[in-house]
Amino acid sequence: MNAAARRRDKGWWLGVPGIGWLGMFLVLPLLAVFAVSFLTRGEYGGYGLPLTIENYRRLAGWGELGFDPLYPVILGRSLALGFGTAVLCFLLAVPLTFFIAGLGERRRLVALTLVMIPFWTNLLVRTYAWQLLLGPSSWLSEAAAAAGFISAGEGLYPSWSAVAIGMVADFLPFFALPLFASVEKLDWTLAEAAADLGANRWQVFRHAVWPQIRPGAVTGFVLVFLPATGQFVIPDLLGGAKTALLGNAIQQQFGQSRDWPFGAAMACVGLVIMGAGLFIQRRINRLKEAGL
Amino acid sequence: MKRSSWFNSTVAWLVYAFLYAPIAVVVVFSFNAARSGIEWRGATLDWYRRLFANEQVQSALKVSLIVAVTSTALAAGLGTTLALALEKHMRRGREVVNGLLAVPVFVPDIVLAVALLLFFGLMREWFRVFELGLVTIIAGHVTFQIPFVAMVVRARLAGMDPALDEAARDLGATPRQVFRHVTLPLLMPGIVAGAMLAFTLSLDDFVVSFFSGGPGSTTLPVYIYSSVKRGVTPEIHALSTLLMAVSVVATVVAMMLQRRDVR
Repeated sequence: MNAAARRRDKGWWLGVPGIGWLGMFLVLPLLAVFAVSFLTRGEYGGYGLPLTIENYRRLAGWGELGFDPLYPVILGRSLALGFGTAVLCFLLAVPLTFFIAGLGERRRLVALTLVMIPFWTNLLVRTYAWQLLLGPSSWLSEAAAAAGFISAGEGLYPSWSAVAIGMVADFLPFFALPLFASVEKLDWTLAEAAADLGANRWQVFRHAVWPQIRPGAVTGFVLVFLPATGQFVIPDLLGGAKTALLGNAIQQQFGQSRDWPFGAAMACVGLVIMGAGLFIQRRINRLKEAGL
Repeated sequence: MKRSSWFNSTVAWLVYAFLYAPIAVVVVFSFNAARSGIEWRGATLDWYRRLFANEQVQSALKVSLIVAVTSTALAAGLGTTLALALEKHMRRGREVVNGLLAVPVFVPDIVLAVALLLFFGLMREWFRVFELGLVTIIAGHVTFQIPFVAMVVRARLAGMDPALDEAARDLGATPRQVFRHVTLPLLMPGIVAGAMLAFTLSLDDFVVSFFSGGPGSTTLPVYIYSSVKRGVTPEIHALSTLLMAVSVVATVVAMMLQRRDVR
């Protein structure tokens, strides 16, 4: 297409319906959340004026009864869970993707599809299956009891470890796929050269392999960390009542507690975390592209 | 550092076991004669029979299918046109739209769900539209489906040879004819793959449906959730097995379509 034709190109109109839809059902709702987070809870659960930053003060720990770190703790716990899930996924995804990349072409496609399939089966179903697998008197729980991790007769579910298991099982494909995209393109001659020059296994990985797979690892990390931080179904079903996290705290404010402005403030915190995560990901991967 | 090592393959096999253990449990238990507990008491198809007689399940299935089909059709159209605009026509504002498309992918489900809940509430109050129900669930699903359709279609567009369009144009085809007879047929596998992805996303969604739905618009995942909360019956195992079978078939077909080369 020449320059004149390009200037006459009116095809951008094609984007209008899609952008319009996202404007209406994504941007406006997120703006509504932002606005409501500065409002006051009404007597019967609605919301209205006056404008206030009380919701954010409460989130930061200043409640009516003085300083109470309940919500900072919930937030920290959610971030820790998201981070921990991402780290565990990384530790499993690296050997997994190297294994898949080492397979022949046909088997590679099968192995990759096998990673994808659980990802497309209902999360609720998989999560309650873990309830069965980790419940009292399941053989996993009995093995854990025999190894002394839990006392006999107890189940691994409900507990933190159950949440961690459920989270890793759910999010692993999100890490493995972008990581695989990098691992597949890996230039092994660099690793071989480093080895020939006397680098040990760790040095080869650190200096010849890691820089090549870093973009995939960073993308995978963000793809796991962000949704995992706000996950609410898995902690809800596997953690029991003990594990308050950002996701179920938001759900609770919009459900039983009917404190929508406070719930909206929490959702805004979730959005800020998301924005920061995406920003960091783009920064790191752009630096990489620039050869730094 | 070797390309393949016993360590990598051991971990990989354990990972596969780990990913498939819950799925295997559900499938096996859907055929287990025992009503509760984790003991095997012989095979039966009873739970499937009861499932098909369960009216709540039938109505939830109906709702899920209506939502999935409608939202997928909408998202396929909106996502495809958006992908075309982004890849071929837009010069300015691409970064902004890319950012917009990233939001539904990365945002925690719960944040999108409560945002929609608030928004629909305001719309009801101000304009008396968007009573919680099928329409609001569909609107929510389309919103998170669009980026995935656009992503798959864009990948397809990026792999397409621009010379084909040019050739058609040089031979005197109008832009409309180029689109109708060249671009669209070449794009079709991508659109179908994107639509199938969107379909399974809709069928699997719980959080958005839970918050955007009203009484009488219970989708299957919402029904499963309330059953899990009450205590699971083997009927749920049977239902889940069927759902998984549908998702797996849809995914495999979508992947095969996507892998087909552009020729």
